Amino acid sequence: MFLSIFGAVEQGVIYAIMALGVYLTFRVLDFPDLTVDGSFVTGAATASTMILLGYSPVLATVIAILAGFVAGCMTGFLHTKGKINPLLSGILMMIALYSINLRIMGLTSDSAISRPNIPLLNSETMFTKFQEVWSNLGIDGALNNMLQSIGVAQVPATWGTLMVVLMMTVLIKIVTDWFLKTEVGLAIRATGDNKRMIRSFSANTDTLIILGLGLSNALVAFSGALIAQYSKFADVSMGIGMIVIGLASVIIGEAIFGTKTIMRTTLAVIAGAIIYRIILALALRVDFLDPGDMKLITAIIVILALILPQIVSKNKERKRKQKRAQLQGGKGIA
Amino acid sequence: MLKLDSINKIFNEGTPDEKIALSHIDLHLKQGDFVTIIGSNGAGKSTMMNMISGALTPDFGAVRIDGTDVTGLPEYKRSHYIGRVFQDPMAGTAPAMTIEENLALAYSRNKSRGLRIGVDKKRRAFFKESLEMLGLNLESRLSAKVGLLSGGERQALSLLMATFTQPSILLLDEHTAALDPSRAELITRITKYLVEKDNLTTLMVTHNMQQALDLGNRLIMMDKGQIILEVGEDRKHTLTIPDLMAEFERIRGEKMNSDRALLG
Repeated sequence: MFLSIFGAVEQGVIYAIMALGVYLTFRVLDFPDLTVDGSFVTGAATASTMILLGYSPVLATVIAILAGFVAGCMTGFLHTKGKINPLLSGILMMIALYSINLRIMGLTSDSAISRPNIPLLNSETMFTKFQEVWSNLGIDGALNNMLQSIGVAQVPATWGTLMVVLMMTVLIKIVTDWFLKTEVGLAIRATGDNKRMIRSFSANTDTLIILGLGLSNALVAFSGALIAQYSKFADVSMGIGMIVIGLASVIIGEAIFGTKTIMRTTLAVIAGAIIYRIILALALRVDFLDPGDMKLITAIIVILALILPQIVSKNKERKRKQKRAQLQGGKGIA
Repeated sequence: MLKLDSINKIFNEGTPDEKIALSHIDLHLKQGDFVTIIGSNGAGKSTMMNMISGALTPDFGAVRIDGTDVTGLPEYKRSHYIGRVFQDPMAGTAPAMTIEENLALAYSRNKSRGLRIGVDKKRRAFFKESLEMLGLNLESRLSAKVGLLSGGERQALSLLMATFTQPSILLLDEHTAALDPSRAELITRITKYLVEKDNLTTLMVTHNMQQALDLGNRLIMMDKGQIILEVGEDRKHTLTIPDLMAEFERIRGEKMNSDRALLG
């Protein structure tokens, strides 16, 4: 039990980077960007391919981020210069990336042009690299001793992975918060809020949309690159439904933690991604559910996250009205 | 300062819906001119504003600002020099962003936007000071989302934002029409104050003839895509609404639809 939740938190923190990317397009730019399903895999495929070809995992991850940025910019071009509807631009890019991802992974194969998956079982990754440093610090032993003393039987093999992904995600959150407050960031937010207005303040909304989509998909690809290294596996279909998972994280986070300021919202999105993974891990422990049901569960979680807040606020409103009616009752018709 | 050279525009050319929106518009504004524009619906007032702002481009003819030909420049590039307030109070501000963030957007209009924090201490002080001039107590609500403001407050903020960087041209497109009379009066007062403060070259479209007479130093009347009457500084302050109606009748040989022109 503890271990499966621990694993869910680790994954949640990595997926949170993807969720922040989805937040940038879906909420900030008001652009439902389906490129995510493709660019997530592009990140994973690029990183795995480069690692397998012998490049350093850090360089591989950086190139993966750039690949995601380019993919996002392409979607932006399709929409702004090609005047294609936002949803369709994303879908077109997503489907194009499917083939591109196969080709990227195909670079590792001598016999085939495209390749559907890459295992990284014995390869060096960002996590194995960090682990070398981390294991010498002796923090694992201390933390696990503490866990055992409060009665947790199975302890995680290492805390290093969680620590390193947590650091990266927090850093990205801080940079995102800062960026959205800069002049360019403000202009991107205004583009999502009122295009006509920001054009009248000499901002090129086309460029801003392209930039926003690029940055968003860079984050998504980063997350994909990390997931591939974390699970030591990249697969061409690992991105299916990624946009829905991203939306689930954004919606769950916002519903629970609120959206008062940017800083709070990005924190909410990260928390939403972790909570989503925990719900999923718990759901999969139910006997009659199978890992193949994951997408169905995801859809149900998103639907609930969208509908529950409505029901709650309706209930509140009804109670408020009842109370008003009672207060008036003494004088009125009752 | 602003020069329109025989601007022509036809909508839906070659179809049964063909409409001559503007024909041979010539207009020249000197630095500091404040021109009010009246005319009934469909006279071409808004089309002319859109030509100047760059939202539309003329079929032929040229738009010059400060001597440079800007006819081919897209709207976002032209807006370096042009401030604009729309009729719809919702149009000129970003509702999900705070008052100070909106002001920061306006503040960087004529600068290139970079990775500088939009609202720093120094700017915040400046924003506060500017908001105080409006007398609406918005300076104490800097971090309130603009969507929470009333229509009048949003329009006042739009005006301040449009004039923030002392644009070469200020375009006001029936910016008081969507407000109730007392709010409209307030916005008119603020308009007058802001325009006079920086001696801005201004074009204001209005349906309200009294407002057109009260504000500005010049007046033009448009009808069917043409400028049919120009009143200069010398005559404008003695002009009355009946005078304007009579002028229209004399030029067009028909009665002006006064209800629409007055109350529109």
